[in-house]
Formats: sequence, C-alpha cells, structure tokens
Amino acid sequence: MPPHPLDARALAALAANPGCRRRALLDGAGVDKGALAEALGSPAPFGQSQFAFMRGNAFEAKVKADGGTELMRLLADRLGGQAVPPAPGEVSVPDLSAAGPEGRTARTALALREATAAGAWALLDHPLLALEVAGSPAYLEPDAVVVRPDGRWTVVEIKSFPMIDGSADASKVGAAARQAAVYALALERVAVRTEGAEVGHQVLLVCPKDFSNLPTASVVDIRKQLSVTRRQLARLTRIEDIADTLPEGTTFNLERCSGAQLTSAVDAVSAAYAPECLAACELAFHCRSRARERGAVEALGRSVRGELGALTTVAAVLSAAHGDTGDPDDPTVAALRRAATLRAEALAGADRAVTEQAVAGRAMADRAVAADRAVAGGAETEG
Amino acid sequence: MSLISTLARLEAVASGRARPLATVRHRRISERPLVLVPLTTAGEAGAPLGALVGTDRDAPRLLTVAQPRDRDLRFAFLGELAEAVLPYIDAYTDVIEPAERNETDPETGKRVKVEVELCVDAPQLVVPSRPGIDFVRLLGRSMRFRRTAEEDPETPYPAPPRVPLLGRWLTHYGERARVPGSSLLLATTDLLNRHWATGQSGLEDQHLGALLAWIDPPGTLSGAEAALLAELERDRDGQLACPPAGPATDPAFDNRLLAPAIERYDRARQELGAAEDGADAEERLARLTAAERHIRALLLGVMRPTWDAVWHGLDLLRQLPEGARVEERWTRDRWSFTGHRDRVRAGEPPQPRRDDAVTAAQKLASRETALAQLAAAEALDDPLVLAGHRLSGEAFVGEVTEVVMAYSEGKRPSPRPLITVRTDDRPHLGERTKVFRSLDGKPQSAEFVRYGDGPADEDEAGTGTGTGTGTGTGTDEDGTLVLRLTDRMGRSKEPAPGSVPEKGDRISWTLFEHDQRGGPKLPDPEETPWTHGGPPVREGTAEAGPDAPRQAPDPVTEEDFL
Repeated sequence: MPPHPLDARALAALAANPGCRRRALLDGAGVDKGALAEALGSPAPFGQSQFAFMRGNAFEAKVKADGGTELMRLLADRLGGQAVPPAPGEVSVPDLSAAGPEGRTARTALALREATAAGAWALLDHPLLALEVAGSPAYLEPDAVVVRPDGRWTVVEIKSFPMIDGSADASKVGAAARQAAVYALALERVAVRTEGAEVGHQVLLVCPKDFSNLPTASVVDIRKQLSVTRRQLARLTRIEDIADTLPEGTTFNLERCSGAQLTSAVDAVSAAYAPECLAACELAFHCRSRARERGAVEALGRSVRGELGALTTVAAVLSAAHGDTGDPDDPTVAALRRAATLRAEALAGADRAVTEQAVAGRAMADRAVAADRAVAGGAETEG
Repeated sequence: MSLISTLARLEAVASGRARPLATVRHRRISERPLVLVPLTTAGEAGAPLGALVGTDRDAPRLLTVAQPRDRDLRFAFLGELAEAVLPYIDAYTDVIEPAERNETDPETGKRVKVEVELCVDAPQLVVPSRPGIDFVRLLGRSMRFRRTAEEDPETPYPAPPRVPLLGRWLTHYGERARVPGSSLLLATTDLLNRHWATGQSGLEDQHLGALLAWIDPPGTLSGAEAALLAELERDRDGQLACPPAGPATDPAFDNRLLAPAIERYDRARQELGAAEDGADAEERLARLTAAERHIRALLLGVMRPTWDAVWHGLDLLRQLPEGARVEERWTRDRWSFTGHRDRVRAGEPPQPRRDDAVTAAQKLASRETALAQLAAAEALDDPLVLAGHRLSGEAFVGEVTEVVMAYSEGKRPSPRPLITVRTDDRPHLGERTKVFRSLDGKPQSAEFVRYGDGPADEDEAGTGTGTGTGTGTGTDEDGTLVLRLTDRMGRSKEPAPGSVPEKGDRISWTLFEHDQRGGPKLPDPEETPWTHGGPPVREGTAEAGPDAPRQAPDPVTEEDFL
C-alpha cells in the first residue's frame, strides 16, 4: 500500500497538538487515517464540496493567468521594495515537472537556485518541497513561490475565501498563515544551501475581493507561526522512538487486519485528544469515544483539564465535589466543594426566587419608564 | 468557563442530560419572532442557495436559487427575501409611544429633553447558529450598496426594489448582535448555550442538533446517545439525518445530490433555449420546471430539520421565566430599532463600509458598557449566576445580625448605619471596598469596615479613619463582617423607611457596580484628531480624494458573484 503523504494542513494540525503520539506515528508512517477511521467504525466527517473545489481552482487559475502578471502586480504593490512590477516577459516560470516526489523536489530546488543566481523574477507554480518531520520526509506543495531579483523567496497562498472591505475571516487567515509557515520552513532548508537566498517572513495571501472574483492581496507576517511551528515540530517525538515502545508485530495494515486488530493496534499508541481535534484529525471521533469511555475531563475542553488539577476523570471530580473522596486541603477539591454547594443552593432556591422575582418584576416595570429615559442617551451611540 | 459551569458540564456527563446554567431566561424572546434559516453555496462569498423564512412555524416560506452562479436568479432570491422580511419589519415601525430623549441643543450646547417617538415593540430575527449571524451581516453588506433601476437608471445590473433597504436593515441587525445582551438578532445555539450546560465541549455545542439532543433528547435516548446520532447518523445515500444548521451545507449533500440536480437544471435550461417549435418548447419547459422543483425539494429537505430545531429551541427557552432586567435591555433594543428607522426615513445613506474613528470608538465603548451591565444584571436576576460570582469572591450573601445607627461627621450629619452580616462566602474585601445591593431595583452602596462583630469603635463610626481589625487578608473565623451603608437613605437625619436592612434580612451584596457609566465623551466626527485619521471625508465634497466615494456601489464585473 503506498504511503499517504503528509501535507501542510496535516503538519499544521500536528504542530497544533504535538503531544499526540498516535497522530505523529500514523502520519509519519503514511497511514491513511481516513480509511483507518472507517475501519475502526468512526468514519471522519470530512469532505470537500465540489462547488468549493471548483471555485478554488478557477480562482487560482485566474490569479496565475498570463504568466502571473496579476500576481506579480499584487506582490510588487503589497510587498513594496520594487515599486515597479516586472513586465510580463521579465518573469520566468520554470517548468517543474519531474517523475516522483524526489524528482520534483530536486527540480524545484534547482529552479530556486537558478532563479536566485540569475537575479531575476521567477514564479514557481506548485513547487514541491521536502521537510523532515519526526524522522520521516513530508512533501509539501505551496500554491506558488516567487523569487525576487534581490534573492528573497516569498510564499504565496491563494485562498478562495473573500476579503471583504479589506478584511477576511480571522480564523481562516490564521489557518492560512500556519500553513504558509510550514512552507516557509521547508523553503528554509533549500535556502541554507543556496547562496544569496533568503526566505521572506511575510507571505502574500491572495483572496477574492469583496463579492467578485477579482484577486486582491494582503501581506501576512508569519514570524510567530514560524517559531511556533518550528518549536512544535522539533518537539515531536521521533517516530522510531514511538514505534520502539509498541508491542512486536503491531501493524496498521488496513487490508489484512480485522477491525478488532486495528483497534488494539491504535490503542497501543497513546493519543492526546482535545475537542479541537474534531476539526483537524480523521481519527478524532474514535479518540473522542475512547476519551468519553474513560470519563476523561479533557473531552470537555483543554481549559477544563487545566481547571481541575489532579482530578482527571468525571467520576473523580464529581465524587470530590460531593465530598465523597478527595483531600479537603487540596485547593481544587475545596473550590469544587464550595462550587457544588453554591450551585445546589442556587438551584434549590430557584423556585422560591421565581416567586420573588414576580414581585420584583412589578417594581422593575415601574422603573422601566425611568430607565427608558436613562438609556435614551446610551442607545444613540449603538443605535 | 467558571468552575460552576464546568461542574454543570460534568453533572451533564454523569446524568446524560443537559443541566441548567440559569434559572431565568436572560434574553427576550419575542412573541412573534421571524425565523431565518439561510443556506449558502460552498466556496462562494455570499452566493445564497436558499432560505426558510417566516413567523409561522408550520408555514415557512421557501426561497431557493436553482443556479447560484446566475446573477439574475440571485437577485430574484434577494428580492423575494426582501418581500418576506421587510413587511415584518414595517409592521413594527408605526406602532409607537411618546418618549423623551436627552439631546444637546445645537445653539446653547445644553442638555435638553426632546419629545421623540419610540417603537412599542421591535422585530426580532432568529437564526440557527452563530455563522448564521455572520451570514446575515454578509448579506447586509452585499445588498446595501446595490442600486435599483429607480435610483440609478444607468446601473448595469439593477437590483430589485427594496433589496438595498433590506441590506441596510440586515446590516443594522448584524451590528446590533455584537452588543452584549441585545436581542434583536439571536442565534439559537447561543441562546441555548447560555441557559444549559451539556456534557460536551463548547466546540461541539455549536452543532444545533447535538445541543438540542442534550437538552431534550427524543424518546428514551440519553443526551449523549442522541447527540452522537445528530452528529453522525446518515441514511443509505450517505446523507445526514440531521443536516448542518447552515449556512454551510454538508459536502456529501453538495456532491451527491445538489450538484447533479443543478447540472440537470442547467441542461434543461440550455435545451429550452435551443427549442425549435412551440410543442417542443413546452415539453422542455416542463422539464426545466421539474428540475427546479427537484432542487427546491432537496433544499427544503435539508433546511426543514433546522427550521423545526430553531422553533423547538425557542419552545424550551420560553419555558424559563424571563429575568427581571431583560425588559430594560429590550427597551434599549427598541431604541436601537427606532433609531435606525429614523435614519432610514431621514434619507441617510447606507452604513459606510468602515466606521470612522469616532463611530468605531463609540461602538466599542458602548459594547463594553453593555457587557458590564449585562454581567451585573444577570447576576442580580439569577441566583445561579450570582453563585458564580460568590465562588470567585465578587459577591456574597449573608444574614444581617446587627444594625447600629451611626452618623457621618460634618455640619449636617447623615445616617451611616453599620450593618453586621454573617456569611459563609469569602468575598475579596479590602479597606473601604465598596459593595452594592439591589434596593427596589436600584443599587444601594455600602463600604466594608472590618471583619468580626465586636463592639463598634467610636472612631470607626465616623468618616472611617479606622482600618478595622482584619482588613485585607482572610475572613474572621465566624464569617461576620461589618459594612457601613452610604446612600439611598433620604435627605433627612432619620433614614427613609425600608432603606436600612433589618436584623434577620438575607441580602445579596456584590463587589461590582450594578450600573455602568459610559466613558468620557468622544469628540464629534468632524473633530477627529489626525492621530486617528482626521475628520472623515464626506462624499461629494471638494476635498473628496480617491478613497472618498465610500457609498459607491461595488464594482460589478462580468463574472462576479453577487
């Protein structure tokens, strides 16, 4: 079975949860997690609508049309430096096709070196970059990389979400920046071996303008994402080390293993489940059901885990809160008991409070007339 | 998330049902809300696919776009949406009551009271989820700069009448939804999450179906089981039994059902265009109509469950009694609605693409005020919310054990009684920390004097030079503390009847203020300092630069979307 290649999105997700050995191992080994999740009986709900797919491709084609004239204009305009965008003939668009990922990465590296040495503009359309992650190579394909005459390489991300009145959805921009950071990291590996080359820490995000399909662009500074990704990827346990801890003969062969065998194989590697995984990992539903079976509190969110200290299961927290277990001198336990008492008191008093509020409500109604006047001034501003 | 709400979530996990987070309803639910369930086309900015809209839960109005890339069809959709929404809004604009408003007299510069109209009630829009609110805002933005043929006969693609007006209203509602505690535009998921804690994470709570499953699971299922089904259950065609609450659709729906249906529609339309004679055309028209009807049926199929879920959610919320201070916030919403009505009537231009510095600062300031007001009001309305503040030391409930009369120093001594309170709570009290209680709906303030209930020191009964016995750290063993009441006792030497607590009263005190005063006054937009971009440039003035035509319609390109 051919290995399932890692892409930038997967790497960004991995970097977001570096403590998850399960994901690191499966990704590193190139296991198709989607198929695995299906075999485990918790298929991932991911999928892309063909409408979005078509629209994305059409927009990217439009941005790169005519040898990237429009893209270059946006780049020159937004990134400054070169006030005059290069004339269409000045930009070389090297052919990057080659056989196999190794061939393509070599071809890309060569094109990058040639363009830098030539000191001219070059647009690399879908170059292929390699990055070693946890001891195994990952191949990454940015939308485009632009080489400038001064030797600076700039990652270009083309996305089909709109930039309306100059601003786009913050979460989508964040995801794009994290993805671009992975590309920039991979580019840096090539840049260190290329004289006069430097990878720009600003990437160009190209999006449709308002409600049209005209491209507009914005510069995104990815220094923060770069350092976070670099650190997280370095933190990833080497896959060999994880594999060494597995029982002999553990395999994730989807064709030859039964569901039960796969389940025990997956369970042999520890996972760090958090609700955020649901949006990023194919195995999330499987891990979630395991976390829930265990009664793990982090299934309710990472912050919940932080709040509860040493108490890690729902049962332990509730019995500590109700005074059955736990050390009353432990500040977490003491706070929990106090919270449980206050909550119970408030709920028990709710019925009584409702009656009282009916009385208070009449007083409030009288007051509302006065309040009308009082808020009149305040309402104006937001009005 | 406070520990009390975390605890509620854990209780929900253990019991398999959502647990209450509030004992009263903290938002207004109108008697006749307009529910809007929109759908959008994946990957397109603001290309609507369809909507269910209406005030009658049994008879939603179905609006669809058979080919979302077709501008004419999109405009027809928006025109229909305007016909569905605007009459509902209009019904509220003329039912008014007289009210007074403080305004600055332009000549004298004094604050004067002006007689104005205030709408008695306001229209309320309810969407399924938070992305629905964003979509309302997006629709508003996409429509308000359109030009109708009536406004501008030259415009290349005139919008149907009233579409720009709908855009302005949706923009207003979208903006108002950003004010904490407002109820003009509500998301059902937000409403439910405010009042119940489920046994899942906040991220999963954004799924309306799963959320409702935890609160009110069908049949004998537990909340957890029902929520899992709502998330994942698919039929033989791979279609979700509980489709997403929109505006995004499920990719499996797009790829397996919708895309082929739209293709069939496109083909039928092409064939109709190529029809050669009448009989042929008639047959092909029938095929086109059938293809369109098929798309409508598909879209209705994925929107109807969400429509019913929204009403189900509203039913659940209506079972809670409304909090006492909700009316006051709703009054603010009515002012907001009336204000926009007045601006539309006065012929003001649509809201600008970007706010100028002063407007933006004003909006932020008023949202901050609203947030603080909301937090205080919810705590005063709801013992369960107050419990959270008690846990964090920002409030305490205690029984009055002793009241000692005392007076302030000075020419006219005013009553400053010392109240001894016994409480189990651990408020964070420092020297002369101000505390507040609600007296007939108004805040009465007191200041902390000392811990313990020893005999009052003569020095301390005065203006409070004494530091008390246990100021700052730790509560006294038995949890008693002494407060000095400082206002709302009338002007005479004897406190007004009922204004001083009596022995045995059980009173809630908060360390936060109940009312928030707004910040300092901002300059007029014309006075905007250069540090903030200077005065806004008005359209049509001599100095209008290239950025000036802020109200100009969006440029229209041949292949643009919407």
